[in-house]
Amino acid sequence: MDALHERSAAQVARAVNAREVSAREVTDAVLAHVDGIDAHVGAYLTTLHDLARAQADRIDERIRQGETLPLAGVPVAVKDNMCLEGTRTTCASKILEHWVSPYTATAVQRILDAGGIPIGKANLDEFAMGSSCENSALGVTRNPYDLTRVPGGSTGGPAAAVGAYEAAIGLGSDTGGSIREPGAFCNLVGFKPTYGRISRYGLIAFASSLDQIGPLTRTVQDAALAYDVMAGKDPMDATSVSPPPEEPAAGALRADLRGLRVGIVKEFATQALGDDIDAVYRQAYRDLEALGAEIVEVSLPTADYGLATYYLIAPAECSSNLSRFDGVRYGLRVDADDVTQMYERTRAAGFGPEVKRRILIGTYALSSGYYDAYYVRAQKARTLIANDFKRAFAACDLIACPAASQPAFTFNAKSDPYSMYMMDYYTIPMSLAGLPALSVPCGWVTPPGGATPMPMGLQLCAPIFAESLLLGAAHAYEQATKHAEKRKPVFPEGARA
Amino acid sequence: MTAWEAVIGIECHVELRTASKMFCGCQNEFGGEPNTKVCPVCLGMPGALPVPNMRAIDHMIRAGIALGSEIPAFSKFDRKNYFYPDMPKDYQISQYDMPLTQGGVVRYWLEDGTMKECRLTRIHLEEDTGKSTHAGSTDGRIAGSAYSLVDFNRAGVPLMECVSEPDIRSAEEAVAYLEALKRTFVQLGVSDVKMEEGSLRCDANVSIRPIGASEYGTKTEIKNMNSFRSVYRAIESEIERQIAIVESGGRVTQETRGWDEARGVTHPMRSKEQAHDYRYFPDPDLVPMEFNAATMEILRSTLPELPTARFERYTKQFGINVKQATQLVDNAQLADYFDQCVAACGNAHQCVNFVLGDLSRLSNESGTPVYYSNARPEYVAEVIDMLEKKIINSKIAKELIERIWEAAGSPRAIVEREGLSQTSDPGAVEGFVNDVLAANEKVVAEYKAGKTNVMGFLVGQVMKTSRGKADPALAGELLRKKLDAS
Ligand SMILES: [Zn+2]
Repeated sequence: MDALHERSAAQVARAVNAREVSAREVTDAVLAHVDGIDAHVGAYLTTLHDLARAQADRIDERIRQGETLPLAGVPVAVKDNMCLEGTRTTCASKILEHWVSPYTATAVQRILDAGGIPIGKANLDEFAMGSSCENSALGVTRNPYDLTRVPGGSTGGPAAAVGAYEAAIGLGSDTGGSIREPGAFCNLVGFKPTYGRISRYGLIAFASSLDQIGPLTRTVQDAALAYDVMAGKDPMDATSVSPPPEEPAAGALRADLRGLRVGIVKEFATQALGDDIDAVYRQAYRDLEALGAEIVEVSLPTADYGLATYYLIAPAECSSNLSRFDGVRYGLRVDADDVTQMYERTRAAGFGPEVKRRILIGTYALSSGYYDAYYVRAQKARTLIANDFKRAFAACDLIACPAASQPAFTFNAKSDPYSMYMMDYYTIPMSLAGLPALSVPCGWVTPPGGATPMPMGLQLCAPIFAESLLLGAAHAYEQATKHAEKRKPVFPEGARA
Repeated sequence: MTAWEAVIGIECHVELRTASKMFCGCQNEFGGEPNTKVCPVCLGMPGALPVPNMRAIDHMIRAGIALGSEIPAFSKFDRKNYFYPDMPKDYQISQYDMPLTQGGVVRYWLEDGTMKECRLTRIHLEEDTGKSTHAGSTDGRIAGSAYSLVDFNRAGVPLMECVSEPDIRSAEEAVAYLEALKRTFVQLGVSDVKMEEGSLRCDANVSIRPIGASEYGTKTEIKNMNSFRSVYRAIESEIERQIAIVESGGRVTQETRGWDEARGVTHPMRSKEQAHDYRYFPDPDLVPMEFNAATMEILRSTLPELPTARFERYTKQFGINVKQATQLVDNAQLADYFDQCVAACGNAHQCVNFVLGDLSRLSNESGTPVYYSNARPEYVAEVIDMLEKKIINSKIAKELIERIWEAAGSPRAIVEREGLSQTSDPGAVEGFVNDVLAANEKVVAEYKAGKTNVMGFLVGQVMKTSRGKADPALAGELLRKKLDAS
């Protein structure tokens, strides 16, 4: 058996429920590992040693009382845009650097109730705006497979934590690809459920109509476990849904893909991504076929407008969502002569450049005289994109495509905003359509100039509410290919791993 | 000399009466220690989300149906974005282009009973802001203040905004219109409409034009009117101001003006705040609302009789005067009681007299509302019935009302038990008359000397001797006959 901290969530929960090991022992092992290596990885902005141990003791007591808990003793990294009562919740922004949340997000609470142990609050691009975690104002997070490279973003901290065995489950949020892209970069399963499946209550909003919480894990089974715990209607979130009952995703994992039609998107041809990457995806599609899937070609003619559409809707919503950070009630306040100047100075000092850029874009897009030309047209484009998927799903059960156009890049490689935005090219259309999608490891590519092979992710996408089908198919693919197991994270000499 | 008419439209904000706030579970109640009725949602904490109060939406729809508005099948919430310290999220959840109700008519009446109509543009639902107190500025405004205190107890209270068409022509009409709105909302139970607690706040758009003109003059928007009296005074003052400007050759400037209650004038407000671009867009945290015809029908069928309809029933069908009809309509429970009395005895006029007369007096003296008293409508009806049939006279009737107020019981039974029925038997009354004449020789002499006004005294003595049972008309007749004959 692997060392305690390297075990999957399913393995930990099974062992703790069987009382082979205590939640406290697992927690201590994980914390020791975090203490040894997080200085190199930088996954966490805040570690929660005391809280984690207290929670572990509570879980052990519940197990002793005879309870069986789906996530008993499972170490969890929480993206620092989710509230956990009594802990610092920063959004990796100076404006919330010292803010302590007075309440707990529904998704986090469900994880805790199910036996999860909060190891720490993990880094992200400021307010979840970015694709490399480089937009964090509070820390640098490195890719555990090559510390000179980014972990992806915006859920970079949880991805690095799970990739480096500093947690078994990372709680992330995905607005345009913020779980799937770091999942691909860090050799993980990154799963974004259908919009509304998991309550957003307590997730600090970036773009409300797109934000969705989901897990980052080392196995599909773990993703299903975490998803089953978090999914479901929440009276605190009016957009959360209670869909028709279906079997838990964890029970729907399958061994093959027989009887399924997998659509390959005509417009997402991979030749242009380079021979190495093209080969990885061609092999992935062949593997799907070998598992019994019928491969069909589908078309998403408007998907190419996804990026432009997204960069109007998301900033528009963000410009309004981030208004509340005004220095009046909480967070940073820079004093001034009058209230308007106080707003200006506080927000100027508190927000980083990418956040400011998006607030400006969004404010502009919503302004009178521009609203119809930008926001309204973007909403229409969004509907067209969603309709493309509906048509495609008439011809297939799942869609397969890249999760990202390249493996993890080095720091400062994407210094102009547009090339960074392009990293979400393949993930944004699904977000706009509200569809469940995940990335699952599909091979290794050594980037130009790179010293070591880096993981690539295959994105699978299903119709609305078809999470069980999606996870089931991903499990079959993962078990047949086992790409993730081919390499392990590398830690510098001397790091206590 | 041109004759002018005013053109007035009113926008009023009315706080809805609900147990909890619009988008969270906090108590919706006036007052309390500052910042004690708050939670992450109404404080706009990071990550908190609004969940609509369905009760408030029902209230809006009932109000709309009552006022003849159209209830669209589809409605949504929008965000109105602007920065202000008492607005926790720095946007207000409101409704922009798809309000819960559209159109409608408020029918109201003036003191002389004239019926009037004012069309509604729309009623929409939004959340209230917190309350700021600015310290150290000369005019109580935020500009120039040393610091400000904010109380968020009111933040998130459901608020409906009623916007009228410019159908109002005078300050008197404006107040009568607001009173009609208030009555309707109180009757429906959608609001307490307590202006002193700020649960009704209104702004008026005022312009003038020569009588007979079809186009509108330049309007000003009047704010800060905190009572119906100040609405009346502010509009009167603004109309006068505008007429004076135009008659001296000037032009009215389009602007927002504040009402200064102490000085009795309107003054221009800072125009800086007027150029706002609120950047409305649909609130992505809330799902659009859809309404089906069946739900509308249920809400429509459970509406009570509305004040204007009741007023017209009282004045037209019962012939009750405007003042009394208004008094009844303004107190829906008293009016219900009155209706029960009428239903039981059929004599609306006597019912009005007793309900607004003796019963209201007893209510004022005891502090018990008439409709909660021992004097049940069927007892009052019995008294009226006996009075009509001349079984008792008005003095006994008054006495009976007091007795059924003290203790529940059938007045008819009291009359029978105590033999209080009026004596119209000439023989019996003549006996009382003879007794009185014998006992009051001095007065009889005065009468005979020409002081006929002592007759009242003598009748009173007969009533007293008969313990109120004698028919006073018969007593007077017999007295006169005997005095004139001797
Ligand atoms: Zn609240």
